[in-house]
Amino acid sequence: MTTVHEVLERSGVTPVHIAEGYLPVTHAVAWSAAAAPFIVHGVIRLNRQIQAAPEDKLLLGASGAFCFVLSALKIPSVTGSCSHPTGTGLGAILFRPPIMTVLGTITLLFQALLLAHGGLTTLGANAFSMAVAGPWAGYAAYLLTRRLGLLPAVFAGAFVADLTTYCVTSVQLALAFPDAESGFTGALAKFGGIFAVTQIPLAVSEGLLTVLVVRLLRTSAAADLIRLGVLRKREEVPA
Amino acid sequence: MKRGTVVNLLIVLVVVALAVAPLAMGAGDGKEEPFAGADGQAETAITENDPGYEPWFAPLYEPPSGEIESALFALQAALGAGVLGYYFGVVRTRRRLAAEVTARQGDD
Repeated sequence: MTTVHEVLERSGVTPVHIAEGYLPVTHAVAWSAAAAPFIVHGVIRLNRQIQAAPEDKLLLGASGAFCFVLSALKIPSVTGSCSHPTGTGLGAILFRPPIMTVLGTITLLFQALLLAHGGLTTLGANAFSMAVAGPWAGYAAYLLTRRLGLLPAVFAGAFVADLTTYCVTSVQLALAFPDAESGFTGALAKFGGIFAVTQIPLAVSEGLLTVLVVRLLRTSAAADLIRLGVLRKREEVPA
Repeated sequence: MKRGTVVNLLIVLVVVALAVAPLAMGAGDGKEEPFAGADGQAETAITENDPGYEPWFAPLYEPPSGEIESALFALQAALGAGVLGYYFGVVRTRRRLAAEVTARQGDD
């Protein structure tokens, strides 16, 4: 009997988000419970940010829009299948991960409701990978590399956010569909192997596109970046 | 052209190259459905090999055809791109106007 993993490998499939109904009920409930506190916390932080700095609304919209565009772009990869970036690195760096959690969940909800891409029952799991784990890991990578300069750190942040999302999706799938013989670890190794190769070029693209947007922001909206603490005054580039 | 603009264009070129390379290399050769959308196939893959698994919930709305689905994806990208374009239009204009004000004050 062929396993899920063999079928996935043969078809070169990289599930980006877990499809509607394709996560056992217990898993769906558990991941929703895991993601819920992050979403609630994010909504509170988002409201506070809008009240404290209403002028940020436009850039908040732009960060959400970036996530919208990138997660609609299916890009071919070296493994012969298509996958899409997440676009969550930018918002996580500009507004901190909790706010990106809200923006990412909105994107996932749009795709689940209108595109039958992802799903409502798997929204918790998908939100956990794309809107919680990705942004936090990306933000951590950004902070760790920040002393190398703004743009390298932005690249690292977006790259890690993208890749982490797919690693967490692999873990979620491996937990739900462990390998018949090698169990969870075997399934994770197989999923991870397929994912990593497909997603690395996409994560590079996502990193570059995020760097491009931050470069444009640095010339046109340096004041916003300084106010958000992303850019330091002395790093400002004369336009 | 300004140096900044050249760098930006180069970034775009590299991203395009990264997307085109797999197609040019023929990475999809020998596959039943080369460069298929990953998510949809994953469903079939899971049911195919775990016939005991029944998806217990169906999407509330499913685009009736691939064309409509791609239209909705295009709509998603267009909405995002529109908002991004609007944002950059606003901040660039704001910066230009501010620069004009400073220039005029300098004349006085």
